[in-house]
Amino acid sequence: MTKAAPHAAAADPAATAATPILSIRQVIKQFGQRPVLRGISLDVAGGEFLTILGESGSGKTTLLRLIAGFEDLDSGEIWMAEERLDRIPAHRRQVNTVFQSYAIFPHLSVFENVAYGLRAKNTAKSEISERVTQALAMVKMGEFAQAAPAKLSGGQQQRVALARALVNRPRVLLLDEPLSALDANLRRQMQVELKSLQREVGITFIFVTHDQEEAMALSDRVALLRAGLLEQVAPPREIYGEPDTAYAARFIGQTNLLRAEVTDGIASAGTIVWRTVGAAGTATYSLRPECIRLANESAGIPFAATDVSTARFRGRIRNQTFGGAMDLIEIDCGNAHVIRARIANSGILSGEREFEFAADDAVRVREGEDA
Amino acid sequence: MKGGFQSRRAPLLGAYAFLVYAFLYFPIIVLVVYSFNGFGVGGFPPANWTLDWYRQLFTDGALWDAVLNSVIVAAVAVAIALGLGLPAALALDRTDFPGKALFRRLVLLPLILPGIITGLSLLMLFVAVGMKLSLVTITLGHGTALISVATTEIFAGLQKLERAQEEASLDLGANHWKTFWRVTLPNLRVSLIAAGLLIFTLSLDEIAVSFFLIGRDNTLPLEIWSRLRRGITPEINAISTLILFFSIGMILLWYRLRTRLQGAKESAAPLVPASIEGETA
Amino acid sequence: MYSRAYKAGVTIPPLLWVSVFLLVPYAILFCYSFWSVSPAQVIVHNWNLQNYLQLARNPIYLQVLFRSMRIAASVTVFALLLGYPLAYYLSFHAAKRKDLLYQLVIIPLWASYLVRGYAWKTILGSDGVLNGFLQYLHITHKPVEFFLYSPFAVIITLTHIYTPFTLLPIYASLEHIPRNLVEASHDLGSSPWSTFRRVILPLSLPGALAGATFAFVLTLGDFLAPLLVGGPSGVMISNVVVSLFGAAYNWPLGAAISFCMMLLVVTLLFVTERLEKRLAVS
Repeated sequence: MTKAAPHAAAADPAATAATPILSIRQVIKQFGQRPVLRGISLDVAGGEFLTILGESGSGKTTLLRLIAGFEDLDSGEIWMAEERLDRIPAHRRQVNTVFQSYAIFPHLSVFENVAYGLRAKNTAKSEISERVTQALAMVKMGEFAQAAPAKLSGGQQQRVALARALVNRPRVLLLDEPLSALDANLRRQMQVELKSLQREVGITFIFVTHDQEEAMALSDRVALLRAGLLEQVAPPREIYGEPDTAYAARFIGQTNLLRAEVTDGIASAGTIVWRTVGAAGTATYSLRPECIRLANESAGIPFAATDVSTARFRGRIRNQTFGGAMDLIEIDCGNAHVIRARIANSGILSGEREFEFAADDAVRVREGEDA
Repeated sequence: MKGGFQSRRAPLLGAYAFLVYAFLYFPIIVLVVYSFNGFGVGGFPPANWTLDWYRQLFTDGALWDAVLNSVIVAAVAVAIALGLGLPAALALDRTDFPGKALFRRLVLLPLILPGIITGLSLLMLFVAVGMKLSLVTITLGHGTALISVATTEIFAGLQKLERAQEEASLDLGANHWKTFWRVTLPNLRVSLIAAGLLIFTLSLDEIAVSFFLIGRDNTLPLEIWSRLRRGITPEINAISTLILFFSIGMILLWYRLRTRLQGAKESAAPLVPASIEGETA
Repeated sequence: MYSRAYKAGVTIPPLLWVSVFLLVPYAILFCYSFWSVSPAQVIVHNWNLQNYLQLARNPIYLQVLFRSMRIAASVTVFALLLGYPLAYYLSFHAAKRKDLLYQLVIIPLWASYLVRGYAWKTILGSDGVLNGFLQYLHITHKPVEFFLYSPFAVIITLTHIYTPFTLLPIYASLEHIPRNLVEASHDLGSSPWSTFRRVILPLSLPGALAGATFAFVLTLGDFLAPLLVGGPSGVMISNVVVSLFGAAYNWPLGAAISFCMMLLVVTLLFVTERLEKRLAVS
């Protein structure tokens, strides 16, 4: 299995981005009067691990089902390499799916489940048995080949579902929240295995989830979907560090949104002032809690410092939640303005304190339309 | 359920429940007891126990002809009802077409519409096209009326069948036809057998529709019906007893299958015949 | 996602069959109801409302219809009185015997209609089991005639036949009540009776309505029980139809009555379906 898989594409997604293996172009889908996808365009590179992240109802599963061929799109196109994919029926697409419910055939043994796709394509008997055995070994289910699916645990069914899809050597593997039914520990373990499996086989994975931590941990790129539109598509670090929009900043990790007035390269939100770039006027900034630290008050720098590459502000500590290495602190800055900070463990804080953050850490974001 | 307060004793309710069961089973017990009564179908107490009525029964040629007719009618009715109920259930479950709601109502109508209306309208159809009344017309009538039962039973089975199963099959490269044979049908096997048993039983007992469509050859219920008008003997108790035990056997078999279908996990789940609960409504 | 051929394959055959064997027959029945019979006993295709006018004018038909509805209503009430408590007992109190007791309801449900009707005939007859029993105990000295061949006999027979039909939807709706609702009600201090009245009964009403509809509609259209145990005073509307299609030979008038019955039944189903949806909270 491993040897036969196309390895070339796996190395560097960026290098192959010029020739996407899957190209989604202006896809629109409605269910009755309800718009589900409102114009999605997205290129997926060969060997890439792409996660479609979104809340329930954002259209992420529908997008996946359009690629698989279980739904017909209303307008737009989906291409696989040089081939118009959306005009091909589901059973002739070189795409396989791992279903949220696994959809293991209850009347067939594990072996027959995995062999199902090969039999459908009239593969030679000897080749079937060889490839099924390999695929089951790959997901560490070799010893269960003759078992009945009903006897398997959720995690084992998950593995069978993976083997059943991968044995067909699809050009793209679709995974519809495959880990959502597993408990937390098993889930983390499967995340690690899934990632290394994807590297091993080099197949493009499109993974749907609503769990942003899972998306961060697994993906080469994350496509954030919101109410049928793509909010941002970027590698995890980028989407976290430089969110385009307030929604992206809030959905992925915790953040403070500061509404500031910008004049002459200086942003001011209430009493907080920092250096910035970009147009003058009202703007929103995202400031991650962990970017805020306690200021060194003994240094005696005057409060209205002229050095605005570091912003300083005072506030009353309203609440402190223990969080292991970092405590979460709510700082009351007056006027019902609360800022959340993560501060490395420094004992219990109280009273009014001074805090600071680097001006570059406040990222200017678009407010975007509210859904 | 899981014990607890629900199983707390309610002696009055329990006694009432017992009385309802007594009411439901009293006529059946009387019928069976008097099939062994040498003095006839009535009177009290039954006495002079005998197997004569059963002996008489087994040499009654006309009755056995009727039994054979009924079995043939029922077997073909099962084929018709399943053959059309399966596509009808599939159509209701997974396609959309203009007039679907009307189609559903029409298919299910014989389930609730009094048999007399189904019987009469079919009679008029057969008269209109000049078709002679015979076992064929009865079979067509049973088949048509029982499509409703087949459809609801199979529809219930389809609802239990996870849609992702079929999607997985298509996803793995099997076309619709192969998917139907390899995934849909095996998953519906129990539903189909259960529906078949039920339809067979119902056809064997059917009388309201047959009443209007009968030709020269009698089905078993119609043969009994015609004898009832001539006066009754315990021989009818005897044949009724046999019919009863046959239906009970079939019903228990059907019930077992339905239980298996619903999964051992939920044996306490409501095992209502789909036809009665109206799951497609 | 299903191909056009698949959709056509599953839709067209049943659609065709149902059209030919249900829709067309109903249409023919409708047509017949406007025709008439000549004195020479030939069906005349002269379209008019004569049959319907006759039904409205001749009090006999309305009387029989009202009697049928009275009988149907009685059967419905008795079936509910017998079926609801038993369903409740099965759902909430049967505990380990639930499965067995449930099967004991299923058996008479599907067991032969004719056999059960016949059984009542042997019980209620003037030489029947009941009269024999009463005389044996010297409660009566000669056979009581009114047991058989009376509306009473029809009601008891049909109640027996349709009680399981009434019970099942009630049982299903009781089983669908989440048990934690009942527990919550007890937890909030409701007595068992007030829990029943305020939680269980309202939530099981759609089932009770469905069950009642079964009993009413099935009784209304029944013609076999009146023939078997009803006698002249137990004649119901369907018996009139049967005789019009038989000895009386007036198919058009029979078709007109049938059509009215059909209309009545379909309207009833429509109304109760609406009502059930409104009663069903979730």
